[in-house]
Amino acid sequence: MFEAIAFYLFAFLTIAMFYITVTTSQALYALTALAAGMIFISAFFFILGADFLGAVQIVVYSGAVMALYAFGMMFFDTTREVQEKKGNQYLVVGLATISAVLAVLIFSAPIISDNITALYPVGTHGNTQEVGMVLFTKYLVPFEVAAVMLLVAMIAGIVLAGKKMDESLTLMTEEEIKDMRAEKMRPKDLK
Amino acid sequence: MIEIGLNHYLVLSTILFAIGLVGVMKRKNLLMLFFATEILLNSVNISFAAISHYYGDLTGQMFAFFVIAIAASEVAVGLGLLIVWHKRYNNIDLDFMTRMKG
Repeated sequence: MFEAIAFYLFAFLTIAMFYITVTTSQALYALTALAAGMIFISAFFFILGADFLGAVQIVVYSGAVMALYAFGMMFFDTTREVQEKKGNQYLVVGLATISAVLAVLIFSAPIISDNITALYPVGTHGNTQEVGMVLFTKYLVPFEVAAVMLLVAMIAGIVLAGKKMDESLTLMTEEEIKDMRAEKMRPKDLK
Repeated sequence: MIEIGLNHYLVLSTILFAIGLVGVMKRKNLLMLFFATEILLNSVNISFAAISHYYGDLTGQMFAFFVIAIAASEVAVGLGLLIVWHKRYNNIDLDFMTRMKG
């Protein structure tokens, strides 16, 4: 009973928030609605008994990702209205719906045929403990690879958007880079 | 109606995925396109967690974790590139980025 009430309430809120994100013409409204929708999605994870996933959702999405977007938006001119593509709206909505239904059917096909068995059954421990046990045994290598990928992303972010942008190689033309190299090669006392 | 099953979550995930796809198709601003991509990833996460719960298997939750990690790194690299592009051309519209030469 309460599960049903919670599900319908959060489903309505999530759909409303993401609808605002997709349709509004103000970038700031879109960002705020997206952050709210992320928090509402974590409610589904708590309902489903995936406590650790819900906590990670709140920390990573509404904390880190939204803060990154907020910092990124300070670089852009967010006060002006966002321009939209002028196209056939019905075609867009129809194509999106068909693709979404197809994607979900692909996911649920093996479930409907009852062809799956639980490899890692949910036991009697808490959710966080079980997630840890599975993550550090079977999924240890993907976990490490994900860690390396996050490191690569962090270095890429620092190189691309870090300080000293006036000397960044990504922003310079070829001539400027050559000039800078020549400047560095020249001995100081000859200047 | 009162008993919430797996199908409820799959339908919700479909609706959210459709909303995200509409956003990807109709947005012209690249920042808004990133927002729509986040919606897509989140809808998939919901269906992973729901299947994981109703079949008593933790693998779905594991995949949801990796999806979150990939989304975080995508945001870091994408926003860095976007800031570089905006500093150079003062514009982040998709129609403006039709040529590949940097």
